[in-house]
Amino acid sequence: MSTNSSTNLSSNILTVRNLYGRIEGQQVVEDVSFDVPDTGVTALLGRNGVGKTSTIKSILGLIDRTGEVTLGGRRVDRLPTHKVVQLGVGYVPEDREVFGKLTVAENLKLAERSAKPNRALVEKLFPDLVQRQAQLAGTLSGGQQQMVSLARALLNQNRLLLVDEPTKGLSPKIVGEVAQALLIAARTVPILLVEQNLQVIRQLADRVVVLSGGRVVFTGEASELLDHPERIQRFLGVHSGSGQADAAVPA
Amino acid sequence: MSTVVLLLITGLGLGALYFLVASGLSLIYGLMGVLNFAHGSFLTIGAFIGWEVARRLSDGSWWALAAAMITGALVGALVAAATEFFLIRRLYNRHIEQVLVTVGLALASVALFEGIWGTDPTYVTSPSWLGQTTEILGARIPNNRFMLIVVAVLVLVAIVLFLKFTRYGLIIRAGVENRLMVTALGIDVRRAFTLVFAIGGAAAGLGGVLASIYYGYVSAHIGGSLLIFAFIVTVIGGLGSLAGAAIASVLVAVLQQFANFYLGGTGDLAVVLALAAVLLLRPRGLLGAKA
Repeated sequence: MSTNSSTNLSSNILTVRNLYGRIEGQQVVEDVSFDVPDTGVTALLGRNGVGKTSTIKSILGLIDRTGEVTLGGRRVDRLPTHKVVQLGVGYVPEDREVFGKLTVAENLKLAERSAKPNRALVEKLFPDLVQRQAQLAGTLSGGQQQMVSLARALLNQNRLLLVDEPTKGLSPKIVGEVAQALLIAARTVPILLVEQNLQVIRQLADRVVVLSGGRVVFTGEASELLDHPERIQRFLGVHSGSGQADAAVPA
Repeated sequence: MSTVVLLLITGLGLGALYFLVASGLSLIYGLMGVLNFAHGSFLTIGAFIGWEVARRLSDGSWWALAAAMITGALVGALVAAATEFFLIRRLYNRHIEQVLVTVGLALASVALFEGIWGTDPTYVTSPSWLGQTTEILGARIPNNRFMLIVVAVLVLVAIVLFLKFTRYGLIIRAGVENRLMVTALGIDVRRAFTLVFAIGGAAAGLGGVLASIYYGYVSAHIGGSLLIFAFIVTVIGGLGSLAGAAIASVLVAVLQQFANFYLGGTGDLAVVLALAAVLLLRPRGLLGAKA
């Protein structure tokens, strides 16, 4: 097992130490420790139900948590969620969670944290949203809603993006567009990515952190996992060429 | 015909009162999930202090009535905001404790009001025009019903404009859908909570002054009796829906008036049966969000 990556605190935007998370009294994250470097994409992986989403929510304070979470050298584990986000964390939740009764424009406006949001980037990445400004977000397709969700995070100058299963339930074409948008975003902001689609992981991830039973069981460079089919089978429960890994992603 | 017109317009006037109370209840539940049993207290204290101000200024003048309405709204807003800030804020997601605290506050405030203003109703003096009637299609309509309707419509329009065109309105609309996601966008939703309580309290305080005109008096129990119907209106309209509250206010009040007149004073029973029917056939209410 590799555990040698990203131990230099000065180059990590996020450090997580001994993180525990609970939902309604149930332990869903157990003694998780890992780092997210200040560049590139770190993929948080694991089988279904191992606590990936709960780990992201614990970092943000969306569920009860204990442990140490440091963002850019500053402890944030005792801050409420909105203050953690205000320090420069963009969040793209699982299942998009757009506000269905608000228009696309209102969803984006709500997410703007500064007087100078990066609308040009959003319009470049998601031109379809420009045409749908006045449309209620609840009437958009799943792919369009995912674009709204991503756009809300990319509007602001963030120091870290937490992106939770952005390709879940999307068609291969939209998966490609989402992956492309994340690839562009990753040039300017580090990303902690929860993802099930192996092909997307191969395309985006520089490093991986694997959870099992709420704990970290593997960390390392992406190739240390993805180039070893037996590790993929052991840690993720899929064959390297099977399942969602077959989704088409443009290079 | 004249009886129908009278019942309709009187029902609209009563519906206006219900809406002033129910609008705040609905917004508070929609955003925060709080069933606020103390909401009637905001109405009562708004009425009492509003009329205290009116009495000291110039009893029975329009000027005094305007002062009473503004004071009632301000007092309702302040007391509601203080209630949220000092009591409710610590109890979010603790529904049993919320109910205990708000019911306790409602009971204690009635005792407090009776201690200050006595147990007998305090009769109010409003401008003489409000005590007169206007004939419409043969029906002689008490003028105060028109004022109730106009004020309720103005409050509805003001709240809708606020929700539609302000940043906080946007936050509140989003928060009604998904409170946690609003915080995950970096927004301190607690400020919106206090603001919604203040808006609801202002509408209730204003409603208290108007209810005093409708009934001709103010008493320590005026808020509690209106609160029961406001809760019914809120459930029938759909918890969290302002438009639902407006529609249900009118439907409930008109039904109540017609049943009282044509079915031998069974208005309250008719309203409860309507509530039961809605809960059985459409549990989310007329315009409430799907569970």
